[in-house]
Amino acid sequence: MKEFKGIAASDGIAIASAFRLTEPDLSFKKRSINDASDEIKRLYAAIDVSKDELLTIQQRTLEDLGSNEAEVFKAHGAILSDPELLSRVKATIEKEKVNAEYALTKVTDGYIKIFNSMTDNEYIRQRSSDIRDVTKRVLSHLLRVPLVDPALIHHQVIIIAHDLTPSDTAQFVPSYVLGIVSDMGGRTSHSAIMSRSLEIPAVVGFQGRLAEIKNGDTVIVDGSTGNVIVDPTDAQIAEYTQKQADYRQRKNKLAHFKHQATSSSDGKHPMIAANIGTLDDLDGAVDNGAEGIGLFRTEFLYMDNNHLPTEDEQFEAYKTVLQKMGDKPVIIRTADIGGDKSLPYLNLPKEANPFLGYRAIRIGLDKPDIFRTQARALLRASSFGNLSVMFPMITTINELKKAKNIFNQERIKLIREKVRVKPVRIGIMVEVPATAILADQFANEVDFMSIGTNDLIQYIMAADRGNRMVSYLYQPYNPAVLRLIKNIIDACHDNQLPAYMCGEMAGDQIAIPILVGMGLNEFSMSASSILKSRALIKRLNSREMVTLANKAVTMASTSEEVVAFVHQATNNIQ
Amino acid sequence: MEKRQFNIIAETGIHARPATLLVQTASKFNSDITLEYQEKLVNLKSIMGVMSLGVGQSAAVTITADGDDEKEAIDAISETMKAEGLTE
Repeated sequence: MKEFKGIAASDGIAIASAFRLTEPDLSFKKRSINDASDEIKRLYAAIDVSKDELLTIQQRTLEDLGSNEAEVFKAHGAILSDPELLSRVKATIEKEKVNAEYALTKVTDGYIKIFNSMTDNEYIRQRSSDIRDVTKRVLSHLLRVPLVDPALIHHQVIIIAHDLTPSDTAQFVPSYVLGIVSDMGGRTSHSAIMSRSLEIPAVVGFQGRLAEIKNGDTVIVDGSTGNVIVDPTDAQIAEYTQKQADYRQRKNKLAHFKHQATSSSDGKHPMIAANIGTLDDLDGAVDNGAEGIGLFRTEFLYMDNNHLPTEDEQFEAYKTVLQKMGDKPVIIRTADIGGDKSLPYLNLPKEANPFLGYRAIRIGLDKPDIFRTQARALLRASSFGNLSVMFPMITTINELKKAKNIFNQERIKLIREKVRVKPVRIGIMVEVPATAILADQFANEVDFMSIGTNDLIQYIMAADRGNRMVSYLYQPYNPAVLRLIKNIIDACHDNQLPAYMCGEMAGDQIAIPILVGMGLNEFSMSASSILKSRALIKRLNSREMVTLANKAVTMASTSEEVVAFVHQATNNIQ
Repeated sequence: MEKRQFNIIAETGIHARPATLLVQTASKFNSDITLEYQEKLVNLKSIMGVMSLGVGQSAAVTITADGDDEKEAIDAISETMKAEGLTE
């Protein structure tokens, strides 16, 4: 038994026998030639055959895997049509009077060197494997050595390879290739990307340690941890068989709801989005099928730092989130610092009532430099996705107007600086009762509202949610809270605005039926709550929930009564 | 001969997708078309050439076209640059 650790490249567990994908011998000698034009003809013939082959593989990949994967082979074809590359190879043959194999390799090695030296550009560096791949294909035709064809594999195997080329992975029949282990490559190499889209467990980056694995050895690949076990014990086989079953079960459950749009049983479509606090939360949001980011808290930029985050630091973070989410909506909240989240480098005074004190937008408007920097970073990032911005703790219309004004000034400055800025929707977090009550007035000034229930509830109930002595007063289902929430949602809808919620309550299984009844448009919650909430909403009839919501706000006098109404309205649908 | 300067504003510079589209656009014309960046000159019809320059953000590049359709070529390339968000 031997254990190895590599880079986890594609999730899942596979147990099967090893199949070494040996490299064909494409070695050649540098030869002097007499007739350059004959040699060039030979080169073009090999290139033409290679192009035909690539077209076939591209077609097959398009059918089996999809257009993204097929792009790779289109790119290979483009390399073989590159006039610069061809004329360089041709010139080398003519000037140096050398064979086509040598000339081709010399030129492509030159490009590989340049691409590999671009250390700051991972994407282009990885493209050097495209060039190597194409070179191999042409060489195989020049030398008349067939490339090993993985499509010939007809029993279940784990592929052991030095470096997998996209043309290799394209020929894999997924039912036979259970796992992949390769010496070369990183998480963003083609073999890793392809394995993930084929859902074949893969571990890469072994750096030459695989030489001792022989054909037919039993191998366990754990693509989630990067572990590879050769010649495992019976106990290890049993352990990993169980892990494999667990993994599949989890995945099946997840997969079922992941790609579904959120929908009630009668076809209403509220959205479920994720709350994220750092960039590390992003993968979880995507993996759980978030339909957007309903709250990106930006405090981590300020807290995990010994200085105010620069415009560029912020820009990078916002851009990352926007790019990752593509055209899905992302709501970024401007900094909610101060209060209990003190920052040593800002020297904020200690306060008797931090939750009623100097925090969030109040600091932003008092220290506009900090706020302007964030506004600029957000506006600059806007061109990378679908961005909305909201301000926390807005209490008066005046505050909102001031904040919007600063945003507009920065937008105009950026446009004058010729920076690309897309339109950004502006909203507020409704978490102060004064704002909730005046929601109809605020509706004239915003594009959306997002209800921040964590603070709103403690302000309505006058009970610190962190204080255990009064925690019984922290009641999300209290009819007073529900009435105010309904007031906000109705004010939005009366003004054709969407109403969102990003507090804990949005993922609360008792609150969700009521909120569906109130017509809440987006539920934003932690990623781990998304799938079960989507499953719950799927069982709810929105018209029945309207009745429930009306009952809860008009007939209930206590939290307990509300909970009873919810059980009544939902117990027949489980 | 037509010559035009561009300032690259795209955060990622001229990376794979825009590079491919620029090459495709350039390849439609008869003119010889070159891309110059930091005193290095490449054929804009060559994807390998364009990618090997590693043009990053805030780079100043010069595109030159020489031939019977040089004006149309430069215009089409400017369009592609704009459409891909490489320049203003």
